[in-house]
Amino acid sequence: MIKVADLVVSYGRGSRNAVDGVSFLVPRGHLTALAGPNGSGKSSIVRALLRRADILRGGVTIDDREVSTLSYAELARLLAVVPQREEAAFPARVRDYVALGRYPHLGLWRAPAEDDDRAVEQALAQAGVEDLADRDTDALSGGEWQRVRIARALAQKTPALVLDEPTTFLDVAHEMAIFELLSSLARSGLAVLLVSHQLNLVARFADTIVLLDQGRVATSGAPAEVMNATLLESVYRWPVVITRDPAIGAPALVPLRRPLNL
Amino acid sequence: MTRFRAWYWLALLAVLIGIAMVAVAHGAVSVSLAAVVDALRGRGDPTAIAIVRDLRLPRVILGALVGAGLGASGAALQGSLRNPLAEPYLLGVSGGAAVGAVIAFALGAANDAIITLAAFAGGISAVFVALAVARVGGRGTRGDMRTLLIAGVIVGAFANAAIMVALARAEPNTVRGALWWMMGSAADATWERVAWLAASILLAGGALVYWAREIDVLSLGEDTAASLGVDAEKSGRRVFLLAALLAAATVSAAGLIGFIGLVVPHIVRRLGLRAHRPLIVAAALVGATLVVAADLAARTVAPPTELPLGAITALLGVPFFLVQLRRTA
Repeated sequence: MIKVADLVVSYGRGSRNAVDGVSFLVPRGHLTALAGPNGSGKSSIVRALLRRADILRGGVTIDDREVSTLSYAELARLLAVVPQREEAAFPARVRDYVALGRYPHLGLWRAPAEDDDRAVEQALAQAGVEDLADRDTDALSGGEWQRVRIARALAQKTPALVLDEPTTFLDVAHEMAIFELLSSLARSGLAVLLVSHQLNLVARFADTIVLLDQGRVATSGAPAEVMNATLLESVYRWPVVITRDPAIGAPALVPLRRPLNL
Repeated sequence: MTRFRAWYWLALLAVLIGIAMVAVAHGAVSVSLAAVVDALRGRGDPTAIAIVRDLRLPRVILGALVGAGLGASGAALQGSLRNPLAEPYLLGVSGGAAVGAVIAFALGAANDAIITLAAFAGGISAVFVALAVARVGGRGTRGDMRTLLIAGVIVGAFANAAIMVALARAEPNTVRGALWWMMGSAADATWERVAWLAASILLAGGALVYWAREIDVLSLGEDTAASLGVDAEKSGRRVFLLAALLAAATVSAAGLIGFIGLVVPHIVRRLGLRAHRPLIVAAALVGATLVVAADLAARTVAPPTELPLGAITALLGVPFFLVQLRRTA
């Protein structure tokens, strides 16, 4: 379980705190979504989880261990993160790339052992990319590459998994496939935190949505509670209506066009 | 992508040894390969023994070590900076080493060891200045390796400018000495210099090989590296320092030998290597081979004139790089 408690993150340039007293839980077996407008603090929370942001107050625990007291390697054995951006400079074989997920588990000489190889095979299978194992990373499509990155995170064999906008640039089918994959990973017992702009997909897949606004939690709860037109209009500062997904009845957001100024 | 096969290692080693043997045999006075083998074992003509053991062999080994150091340094830098154009001399090392050597010349130092030491000190100082510049200039861009690279380029440019100013008023001897650094040469090889260079390269190169898995992780970018348990800032700085140490050692031993650190990692990747542990070792072997071959060419193309080694490597490196560009474009 990831527990974010009264977290305050600042970049110290006199501006308001990027994250200003945020608390929420990411329990095991659940898919928790972190949503909110651009600049609402989503990425800063991810950076704080990676110990790459200055935490002024509060903190993060993973399975009751305070993140700030852990070494980088200890943290990477508890929490796997698929960051938003990743530009690999040189292509690699998919299997070798996924094997880098074993880095925090390697011994002093950093040579992979038998259970490292097994973890890599399992991760490839879990993410559904066994067929790609011998391809090169620069020969993958956008959807394949995201799955391979998720496989790398799964190879870390951590109890918690964080993904920052994993479906940007993906078409509908690939986006759905990634959401299905994350949902099944959560059901298999992982604590999954998904940072996403795709409110409609999040509303259909997530158990809990944490909606941020200007560094604070505007609301959090089940999708039915968070997908509230008045609330979303005040957070996104845009007129919206809420309808229903015709298949499963999940709430769906439709942003309105501005009335024409005649 | 080509797959690297285990027997490539033997091939790389065989090519290096073969070219080194030819390089020991050929020169102003050519010795047959059989005579080289005899001389190495202390047999045969005393003149041949002297040529092989005291002149050619240290020179060939020095060249090989310089190439190995530059190749390994370039491979580590390109990986950790995620930049296929990164190379050891971009760190400001070369400019700093030249400043060190010029200062030593200007102060009237004639002792070879002192000039070598001054160049090494200059190269390492430049790196520390670059690290300081990156720290001041890169505030807020925590651990950004690109800031480090830019700082290195700036310090190098400043050092070069300082040399120009110093040389404008220098005596002809100092100018010649400084030019030697700019052109690069393995001609002043002594066993003492070989030993000192070998020690630095084994030390810094060995450390890079040890931390090579970390470079694999660093090459995925800082956020991903952090998520895999690597402190990108700390480990990036470590790679930067070790690569600079290698470069400074080679520059102080043989001056500026361009293009090896840039081109060799590309050749090695073309052989199918990606993981940095084998990549760095193979880059050292290929770099050694290329510098030994280039030095052989420098000595034998237009006798009795000896061409500057650094110019030969650049002359060979530029067309290679153009071909490489065409293939990737």
